[in-house]
Order: sequence, then structure tokens, then C-alpha cells
Amino acid sequence: MLIIGEKLSIIAKRVREAMMKRDKGPIQEIAVAQKNAGAGMIDANIGPAEDGGEELMEWMVTTIQEAVQLPVCLDTTNYAAIEAGLKVHNNDYGTPMINSTSNDPERFPMLELAAKYDCLIIGLTVGKGGLPADEEERSAIAAEIMARAMEYGLPLENLYLDPLVLQIATTQEQAVKVIKTIKMFQELNDPPMKTVVGLSNISNGCPKDVRHILNRYYLALLMYEGLTAAIADPVEVIETVKTIDVIMGKTLYAHSYLEM
Amino acid sequence: MAFVPPKESFAGRVFPVTIGTGVQQTFGGENTLPFHSFEGEVPNRPLIAYEIQDVPPEDWPETVRKLYDGVSDDPVKWAKYCEEELKAKAVALRLVGTHPDSKDLSAEDAAKTVTDVLGAIKVPLIVLGSNHVEKDSEVLVRAAEAAKGHDCIIGKAQEANYKTIAAAAMANGHKLIAMSELDINLSKQLNILLTQMGFDKEKLITDPMCSALGYGLEYTYSVMERIRLAALAQNDAVMQPPMLADVGMYVWKIKETQAPEDVLPEWGSLEERGIAWEAVTASSLLMAGAELLIMRHQKAVEAVELFVDELM
Repeated sequence: MLIIGEKLSIIAKRVREAMMKRDKGPIQEIAVAQKNAGAGMIDANIGPAEDGGEELMEWMVTTIQEAVQLPVCLDTTNYAAIEAGLKVHNNDYGTPMINSTSNDPERFPMLELAAKYDCLIIGLTVGKGGLPADEEERSAIAAEIMARAMEYGLPLENLYLDPLVLQIATTQEQAVKVIKTIKMFQELNDPPMKTVVGLSNISNGCPKDVRHILNRYYLALLMYEGLTAAIADPVEVIETVKTIDVIMGKTLYAHSYLEM
Repeated sequence: MAFVPPKESFAGRVFPVTIGTGVQQTFGGENTLPFHSFEGEVPNRPLIAYEIQDVPPEDWPETVRKLYDGVSDDPVKWAKYCEEELKAKAVALRLVGTHPDSKDLSAEDAAKTVTDVLGAIKVPLIVLGSNHVEKDSEVLVRAAEAAKGHDCIIGKAQEANYKTIAAAAMANGHKLIAMSELDINLSKQLNILLTQMGFDKEKLITDPMCSALGYGLEYTYSVMERIRLAALAQNDAVMQPPMLADVGMYVWKIKETQAPEDVLPEWGSLEERGIAWEAVTASSLLMAGAELLIMRHQKAVEAVELFVDELM
């Protein structure tokens, strides 16, 4: 399973300050730590970035790829910033990913960008209205995003469907519905659709000492249903990923499997 | 529309391993199942090494021992005979005389034999211990030093003695055989331990332990097959070294290669029976994924080479 390292987010004070000061040190240090912990892609979340977003995303992509030979997941609602980032992205290190499109017309242009640059994209199964109620509603939205992707000429294997993980502390009943959605998404196409989640959302608002527990057990259940990728903290989830891969027979067991 | 047969392709590839300094040999390197050159690349033939010993092969059956009459009393003559007369592509010297239950030869004796044999042949040499865990860790260390600069294969490192043997192979620029006893998970574990001590996984040869037809061949076959699938389909890098089938040693000690014709006339010619047994065991293990074979009988080697010609 692909871990997309979540730690380079503007929400974190240290990262935000480094972004504002264009201080490469902390950004590269966090990128390297995530790669060493098992990340296969690095998320660069620059927020809405309404002013100077293009230049900031360019700087983030080049700064990250100077330090680690990994693709970047470009995370912003600013269309121009995404395109600027894609232009400087080194695809020798892997195909970049756009985070994200959805069923909101304002996010449709992201799909066009993905088709234009032949990159990966997350399709968040939400519309302009409220949050999806259950797995059926999520799958209906997913089908619309898939139809639109084909219309724009984006191969479906480039699309990662995201059921939108919600907070267990406020909407507990959604946790199981999201797990069921992962299974249902895969049935929407042959070969099965790829899936992704923003994992730590499950424990948002929970006490710090239970967050990592919720995140890890939740990931195990999602992986059992065939999850392709998770935006997560690799330090926190790598043991879970390796262990579930062994239990599911995707990796050959050896006593030192955690060290590999 | 014309029928297009589906092709299976894999993310992983077996590491190619090159040995020797005079005449070099390369085996492994494929990114597909054994001999599936219609689906992927199979750049190298499997390599067959002729087995010789540091002491006369008194426990080999007469049918194979007689091939080496006049040379097997001296490993240097024996090695030259394999290279010059049998056109061996590689020679495997088993230091069986160092075993405490054999002649208990010293590590120094072994080192001298290795030096002498290396001085006599141009083809690559594989240096094998006597499979005595403690003795091998002395003998193979000195043997590896004596062979420094010749790019040999040293073996076999096992769970109980891998550290010293691997360190000696590493320090003297050799490849290394990692042997585990018919257990795919322990095989992976040993390869992990070796790489964790700094041994380059691209210089390893995995020996999942051989067995002869009728004596557990299907276990070896299954472990080899699963190792190869892990290497190719799961792209598991520690399972990507090529594999050894140490065939001769297992075949020429079983009843079918020893029982005389007057006792079991219905089994037919003893010599043909032995040759067939070695050739069938070897070719089966090639189908399971082995890239390096160690064999004894010239006619069995020739039969397997012909088999490979047909499949390559």
C-alpha cells in the first residue's frame, strides 16, 4: 500500500513558518524523515494559497524533490498553483498526484489538468451540497467523477477515489460506512478502481494519546477491504502497513519483516 | 481479430550474478518465470558446475566414481580434467575432507587445496565446506582468504554460522551461498540478516536446500517456485538472488543410484538409472527456478545442457 506522507501541511506551525520564510531546512528534513519511515509520496499541502500560490507550490515541489527522490502530491484548491507545481515536478521520481477533484463544479478543472499532464488525481466523493450520507451516495458521486474523467480523457487507473473519512468523535456511524465504501468503489470498474483516504481525519478532535490507536486500527480495516493508498503519517502507520501486508499475503513473511 | 495470447509480466527481476576472473560466467538476470522467454527476458543460461572434492570420493557409487579414476586422488588433477576433458563451465570444490568425521583436515590444508586448484583452472570456482557448522566457519574463512581476487562463490552460510563466513566472503570479494533448510520464510530471514550486516544482496545465491527425486524433491520444488514468485510478482528484493540446486550430492547417495542390478534386476541398468536420476532431478529444479546447478555425472550434465538448449 502507498503511504502519502501528510506531514508537510500548512496547518503545522513549523511547516507554515518555513513556507513563509522559504526556509528549505525544515521542509527537507520532514520530507526525508517521511521517506525513511516508508512514505512513497510526499503530500505538499499549501492551503488555499490565494496569494502567491504558484510560486509557493513551485518552491515546495523543487525543495521536496531536492531532498527525496519521490513524487509529490500537490494539495491545494488553487488551480494555477497546481499547474505551476506540475510544470516543475521531476517525473523521473514518479508520477505526481493532484489533491483533489470532486463533484463540485469548481473542482472540475483539476481533472482537466490531470488529463493534460497525465498525472494521478484524487477524486473526493463529495458534491457542492452536504456530506455524503452512506456508501451508496458516495458510489453514485464516484460514478459521476469517473464519467467526467473519461470525458476529459483521463485513464481511470489515474483516478484514486476518496470516500472522505469523517471524525469518529462527531459522526461515529460514518466510520463503518467508509470501510464499506472502499469495497464498493473497487466494484465500479474492472480492473478495480484505486482508493485513497485522508486517514487521520478519523481521529480529528480526539485526545492525542488515542489518535494514533484509532488511526492504525482503522487503517488495518481499510486495508483489509483493499485500500490502495493513504495520506498518513508514515512513522505512525508503517508497522500496520507491513503487518497487514504480511497477513494479507502481499509480502512474504520473515521474522525481520518489520525491518525491511 | 487475430488471437493474441495473454502475456504475464512482472515488476521484479532476478539479480544477474557474474563469477570468475579468467573465464567469467553469468547466471540469473531474468524477469520472468523459468524459460518463459516468450513473456520476458531470459538473458543467461543456467550454469552447471562439476563437483570435485579435496579427498578421494570413496562414498560415491562406482558408476560415477569410475569417471574420475586416475584424477580423483588429487583435486588439482581432477579440476583440470573437468575443465579440459569435460569442458566444465565452472568447478565446485567441496572440502568434505575437513569434516571432523572424515579426515578432519585443517583450515590450512583447505586453503592450500583452494590455492592449488585456482592455479590450475581458468573457469570460476565454487568453494563449499563440509556442511559442519563450526568447522565450516573456520575452513571457509581461510578458503575465502586463499581465493582472494578470484571472484569465487563461497558456501554455505547457514543461520548458525553466517556471520563469519559472510564477513570473509565480503572482505575477499566473493559471492556467497545462503542456505536454509526447506523453509521459505527462514530463507528470506537469512537473506535479510546477511543484508543487514552489509552483504550486498546482489552477490548472494539462495540455496533453499536440495533433495533428490523420490526423496522430497517436491518440497525443494515448491520452495523454489514460491521464492521465485516472491521475487517476480511481489518484487521482494531479498528474494531476488539466483538459486542453487546442489543436485549431485543428494542424488548419488540414494538407493536408486546404488542398488545393484543383481539385487533389483527389474530396475534396469544401474548406470543409466543413476544418470537419469541426476538429470531428471536437475532439470526439474531448473523448471522450479534454479539458475546454478552442482552435478557429478558427465552424461547427466550433457542431458541437462541439451534440455536447456531446447528451452532457451
